[in-house]
Formats: sequence, C-alpha cells, structure tokens
Amino acid sequence: MNIDSITNGYVIDHIEAGKSMQIYEYLNLGDLDCSVAIIRNVKSKRTGKKDIIKIDEFIDINMDVLGYLAPDITVNVIKDGEIIEKKHMELPEELKNIIKCENPRCITSVEQDLDNIFKLTDRENRVYRCKYCESKAKNN
Amino acid sequence: MRHLMNITDFSVEEINELIEVSKDIINNGSKYSEKCKGKQLATLFFEPSTRTRLSFESAMLSLGGSVLGFSSASSSSTAKGESVGDTIQTVSCYADIIAMRHPKEGAPEVAAQTTLVPIINAGDGGHNHPTQTLTDLLTISQEKGTLDNLTIGLCGDLKFGRTVHSLITAMSRYKNVKFILISPVELQLPDYIIKDVLEKNNIEYKVTQSMEEYMDELDILYMTRVQKERFFNEADYIRLKDYYILDCNKLGKAKKDLCIMHPLPRVNEIAKEVDSDPRAAYFRQVKYGKYIRMALILKLLEIK
Repeated sequence: MNIDSITNGYVIDHIEAGKSMQIYEYLNLGDLDCSVAIIRNVKSKRTGKKDIIKIDEFIDINMDVLGYLAPDITVNVIKDGEIIEKKHMELPEELKNIIKCENPRCITSVEQDLDNIFKLTDRENRVYRCKYCESKAKNN
Repeated sequence: MRHLMNITDFSVEEINELIEVSKDIINNGSKYSEKCKGKQLATLFFEPSTRTRLSFESAMLSLGGSVLGFSSASSSSTAKGESVGDTIQTVSCYADIIAMRHPKEGAPEVAAQTTLVPIINAGDGGHNHPTQTLTDLLTISQEKGTLDNLTIGLCGDLKFGRTVHSLITAMSRYKNVKFILISPVELQLPDYIIKDVLEKNNIEYKVTQSMEEYMDELDILYMTRVQKERFFNEADYIRLKDYYILDCNKLGKAKKDLCIMHPLPRVNEIAKEVDSDPRAAYFRQVKYGKYIRMALILKLLEIK
C-alpha cells in the first residue's frame, strides 16, 4: 500500500501496532485541516508490525503526550521532502493536562480549574503520580 | 518559606530537632509562653475535627499567640463556591501561619500554590496527616526513650489508615525497626507501601490476622479505628468494624513495657478496661500532640 510522501510536516514512526488511534486522539489530530494519514500494521524488521502517522503540515506537537504514550517512537521532521531531524522521545518528568486523576477523593475532582498535573516518580516502571493526591496514574 | 504537607518533607534531623524542642517545652513550658506573642494562627477546617483543631489552637495559645478560623466548610466561603486557592490567599493576608484540614486529598498542595504564609496540612482526606505522625514519633520517643530497635504492631485498618501509612514511612528511617501488620485480609496494607517503603528499605515485617500471635514481641501496639467515612459501601464497614477489640485478656502475653497507642477517636477497638493499664499511652499521646504542634509552629515561623 502506498501513501504519498509529505513535503513539510512529520512522520511519527515506530508506533506500537494498534496504538496510532490513541495517539491521534491525544494529539487532537482530528481537529487539523491538513492531510493526516494513519497507517496501521506496517511490516517492521524490529517489532514485526508497527503503526505510522504522517502529518502534512508543521503543527505544534505536544512531545510530552508522545513521550508518555509511546516513548519508543521516532518523530521525523520533514522539510522540502527531506528528513531534517529525527526526534527521539523520553518519558517527561511532568504531565500537564494530558491525563486526569481518577481518584474521586482528589481535590481535582471538585476544583475543575485546577491543572491535572502528574509527576514521574519511578522511571524504570513508568509510574506517574498525581501532584496533589499522589494516586498512581493508570498505565496507558 | 517552609510548609508541612507530608511527613517526608522533613529530614530525620529536622524531626529529631522538633522532638527535642517538644521535650524542652514539656520540661520548661513557661519559657515558651510568649514566643508567638503578636502572631496569629488560622485554623481552616473544611471538615470537622475537634481534636486536631483544638490541639492546634491550644498549641498557639500556649505560645502566647492568637487564633482565628472556621470549623466547617459550611461556615466558610467554600459554601459560596470559592476555590481553596482563593480562600487561602485571602486568609494568608490576615494570619501568620495556617493549619488546614480538607476532605479532598491534595487540597493543602493547592493551598501552598497561593499562600503568603506557611501551611500545615492538618489532614487531607485519606492522604496525609503529618502532625499526627509527628505526635506518634514524640509519643514513641517519650514512652520508649528511643526511636530505634523497636518492634511495632499496627492493628486494624491498615488499608485506609493514613496514620499507619505515614507512621511506617516515618519509622522506616530509623534503625532496626520491625513491623507486625495485623489486619483482616480486606484491610491489609496496600502493596505500594509494602514495596516502596518496607521492601525498598529492607525492613522486616510480618503479616497476620491474629492480634495475639506476636503480642509477646511487641514494643508498641498501634491500634486504629475502622473509619466509616473511608468506605463507599456501608455493608463492608459493618462487617469489618468489630474485627479487633483489645482488652486486658489479650494483653496477657504482652511485654510489661509495651506502649499502647491510638490516634483517637476510638469507637470500641480498645475496651475501656485497658485505659487504667499504665501501658495505655493514648491519652498521653494526645498531650504530646499539643507539644509537637507548638514546636512545629515555632519552626515554621522561624522563631527560636
């Protein structure tokens, strides 16, 4: 299957197979006017199968979202049809308004104006805890 | 400016220093009677708590300061829909230090973002209650003469009991401390405390459902109440509330110098007959709570 190359924009590569829709939702890619391609179950030497997302425009990508959801992915920045940068993700130290605290006893459950902030407390096990009530975030 | 949100905000050295100041207050109370003259403590209790609020107020009055505040959310602007941040910013214009209790977990952290004065967390839901832990540490230090080399039995609700979680965290920083975890299966200590605190620090612990099994090994027996407000399901509360009741008979095998503690209020988990046993330290514990809060107020106001 062929998808046209993009001229200016991003190719989000090495997404774990099946996870592209989740990334699409979290990055709000449905709100964009430009071409966005989701390619699922592409053959991969490294992992067998992978997903790819192509975005045909320069937009503000929330790298914290990508780092949190899929730290193993690569974001290729494309300019004039050439890869000018390969960005590798890492788990962000802090997540701001990316996930919500699900603890019904947390102050964020009643004060809607508060930012939902999670801190990385255990990098090895990818544990994030709510800044306020310290509840563990569910693994994505 | 320092706040106290969580017991681990203070180092062991700082806690030891607070204990030393408390002991000096116990022995030389009059020396401290005007230390906070002209200072005001606001006690903001968005959820009722007679004991903790009065302990803070008594502490500040004994230091020569004065107190203001409210004792329920219904008598504050919260009833009008004001946010915690706004209430705190307002009150911090009037007071020099704030002690706050809130039913929602993490509310003091929100307060710390807008306050102009030190904040003391006087309990936030089932999350933290660091001044209870400071009280417990002073009690152990006073009653046992040390915080090292102790076997501590924790009995009752170890799942929702925030005082238990904080005490384990605090005591895990002292030498050669062992824990006996006594609870019904449904109220056992959460895995994250076992893994992140006990196992991470190589602390010896035993889990049992029997109150008597290790009674003869204990230096401290810390009883807790099964708290109705922590349950979403009333049937579970009713089933578990009478699981452990300490009476003189059960203390038969206990050490002569056992120290029986309880954060209070109790319901029925310690029989009244135990109160006259010299090993019952829980009402002395209440008094220590006032002294350590005096020491804490002095520390946060940076008064020597």
